[in-house]
Amino acid sequence: MSENLIKPENLVYKKTNVLTDKVMHYCPGCGHGTAHRMLAEVIDELGIQEQTIGVAPVGCSVLAYYYFDVDMQEAAHGRATAVATGIKRVFPEKYVFTYQGDGDLAAIGTAETIHACNRGENILIVFINNGIYGMTGGQMAPTTLPGMKSSTSPRGRDVATMGNPLKITEIIATLPGSYYVTRQSVHTPGNARKAKRALKKAMEYQKENKGTCLVEIVSNCPSGWKMTPVESNKWMEENMFPFYPLGDIKVPQ
Amino acid sequence: MTEEIIIAGFGGQGVLSMGQILCYSGVMQNKEVSWMPSYGPEMRGGTANCTAIISDELISSPVLNRFDTAIVLNQPSMDKFEDAVKPGGLLIYEKNGITRTPKRKDINICAIEAYDASVKMNNTKVFNMIVIGGFLKIKPILDLENVIKGLKKVLPERYHNLIPLNEEAIKKGMDIITYENKL
Amino acid sequence: MKELRLMKGNEALAEAAIRAGTDAYFGYPITPQSEIIEYLMHENPYERTGMVVLQAESEVAAINMVYGAAACGKRTMTSSSSPGISLKQEGLSYIAGAELPCIVVNIVRGGPGLGTIQPSQSDYFQAVKGGGHGDYKLIVLAPATVQETVDFVKLGYELAFKYRNTVMILSDGIIGQMMEKVELFEQMPRENKDYEWATVGKKPGKDSVIVTSLYLKSEDQEKLNFRLQAKYREIEKAEVRFETIMTEDAEYLFTAFGSCARITRKAMEMARAKGIKVGLVRPISLYPFPVKIFEELAPKVKGILTVEMNAGQMVEDVRLAVNGKTKVEHYGRFGGIIPSPEEILNALEQKIIGG
Repeated sequence: MSENLIKPENLVYKKTNVLTDKVMHYCPGCGHGTAHRMLAEVIDELGIQEQTIGVAPVGCSVLAYYYFDVDMQEAAHGRATAVATGIKRVFPEKYVFTYQGDGDLAAIGTAETIHACNRGENILIVFINNGIYGMTGGQMAPTTLPGMKSSTSPRGRDVATMGNPLKITEIIATLPGSYYVTRQSVHTPGNARKAKRALKKAMEYQKENKGTCLVEIVSNCPSGWKMTPVESNKWMEENMFPFYPLGDIKVPQ
Repeated sequence: MTEEIIIAGFGGQGVLSMGQILCYSGVMQNKEVSWMPSYGPEMRGGTANCTAIISDELISSPVLNRFDTAIVLNQPSMDKFEDAVKPGGLLIYEKNGITRTPKRKDINICAIEAYDASVKMNNTKVFNMIVIGGFLKIKPILDLENVIKGLKKVLPERYHNLIPLNEEAIKKGMDIITYENKL
Repeated sequence: MKELRLMKGNEALAEAAIRAGTDAYFGYPITPQSEIIEYLMHENPYERTGMVVLQAESEVAAINMVYGAAACGKRTMTSSSSPGISLKQEGLSYIAGAELPCIVVNIVRGGPGLGTIQPSQSDYFQAVKGGGHGDYKLIVLAPATVQETVDFVKLGYELAFKYRNTVMILSDGIIGQMMEKVELFEQMPRENKDYEWATVGKKPGKDSVIVTSLYLKSEDQEKLNFRLQAKYREIEKAEVRFETIMTEDAEYLFTAFGSCARITRKAMEMARAKGIKVGLVRPISLYPFPVKIFEELAPKVKGILTVEMNAGQMVEDVRLAVNGKTKVEHYGRFGGIIPSPEEILNALEQKIIGG
């Protein structure tokens, strides 16, 4: 039976070559794995594996360089877009992307993010927003929703004392240097396909030196949110999406 | 020969460029040279000074607090640097704007009315070249031809038509400088 | 044809950066070294050699841009002054962990805090002892002339790439702002080399290149540290640089680095004129520190005076090297005050000869 299944004509799914065979460390049900795959498939389909250099952040995806089979650099916390600037400026013909979480991109790295986008660096920023610091154990993030519980907002985020969640993607869309800014998710096959289309567009714009492209992916964190994967996706739809609505924020004129 | 010079005055009097011209001229005459400016907020509108050293030997310290020659172009500089001249050294001062004449008796003191002379030449910009001329009259450490070569290095090509005027100013300075105290 | 020019230290350094075939410079303005980026922007080296010059939004961003470009195997440089160098320490630690080559210039000003814009040597510890977190070293070169500033850019890249290590040029506002005669080396081509450790795009059939300083397994992290330490021992053996002046008959020694060594040399000349037999040891590489010359000279002299524009930093390395074999004292001015040759001579007479 199984011998029949692995015949080429029966192939319905194949892992893209741009992902390695390393077993991912992500928690069950986490969106990172799908987001990785969508980006890797885009790199594969565009045939740019040998021209792509990625930058991993500090956060859950700190080890992304083990999973993407492209040359990669590990950046200090928040500095990914500065590192990417360094790469892109000496290799303008390569495809450069950063893959960053909300703490990395929108808290400690806000200055680097804003300025890279404002300079219109020809890079792709993949921004995973799950409203929490996953890797360090579920602390409050710049994108944590009002009233949302985390280990550093155990009674829920009190905006009066802890500040408001930051819609950095909308801010970036206002900058002249940003070219294509969109918010997606990967929690259903349909959404994952849409996210992939967005990533592909962004890489194509990079080839044309159009400016910074940012694809935000609103994602879940079953461990940090203390929910089952299914619950977390439902919670995301009901709570995250109203605050972080999906769709294009800035599209080329 | 080693000549350690401090040039001090207000920003805008051409203090820093005087030092540079002397150093460029020194290079033209195969001397070792060093030029060290005062820098920072004091340069913005306040007093400015620079140390220029011209020597046949390797120059050790570019920063000094005793000098063979002090060229002072305003009162605060006089107050600050009169005492910094080595015994037997030289103090040159521009009379315009000086309210207290120097007191020391153990140094050579020369006065120059370079500002008045520059007005008479219808070009106050050559003020500092007149002072340089005065200095070179008293201490002929550099040949005029090398100063002209140095000027050509400092000035952008489009100002090279002004070199004869500068040469005239140097000669003017040589004529008008006078001793007030000669050892 | 070598070219003789009269140049400010900072401008000469910038020109040397272009001529050394630098691929990218990333910087942020701060006094007293802004002339470096100003000169570069004015020269428009992209037209001359294809060199990239970018004004970053902060020193933090600049050093991380250096990280990114250096990890591509490019000749990369940044410059700053003390408060800015403090901001770069995070990046320097990551660069050390990832073993990347680059040049970092520190035109030191007085501190702590915002301090003063006047010259100082109070970043000695920060430069030679690591500066950021973790066990690492920078190769530290201290120029005393504009000429050395220029030469150390070229040497800096040689060492940086030989050891895959940061080379810091530790200078100050005296050398940065002063003008001297300088002989410029000829324009070198920008290297276009694919280093096997650099991210240049995955090669077919080969593993992708990963540049990282993260080793979650302690065993792996220790292995990296062993490798780094072995490299530092190698550097300590091969890259010590110093200058001795009139030490042959010396009964006393001065030691000083950078601009301060120039002033101290003047004090030495004055002392010699008075009949005091004093010599000068000028460490040029501050890391690796020239330990041996002190071991060798210490038993032959009655005392050593370390002269620094700080409260006593290099003196600790001198004492370690001398190891009790002779008296070692420190004379320093700080906060941007430059000691005069007269007061240095006086300190020698008071602290070493008289003391």
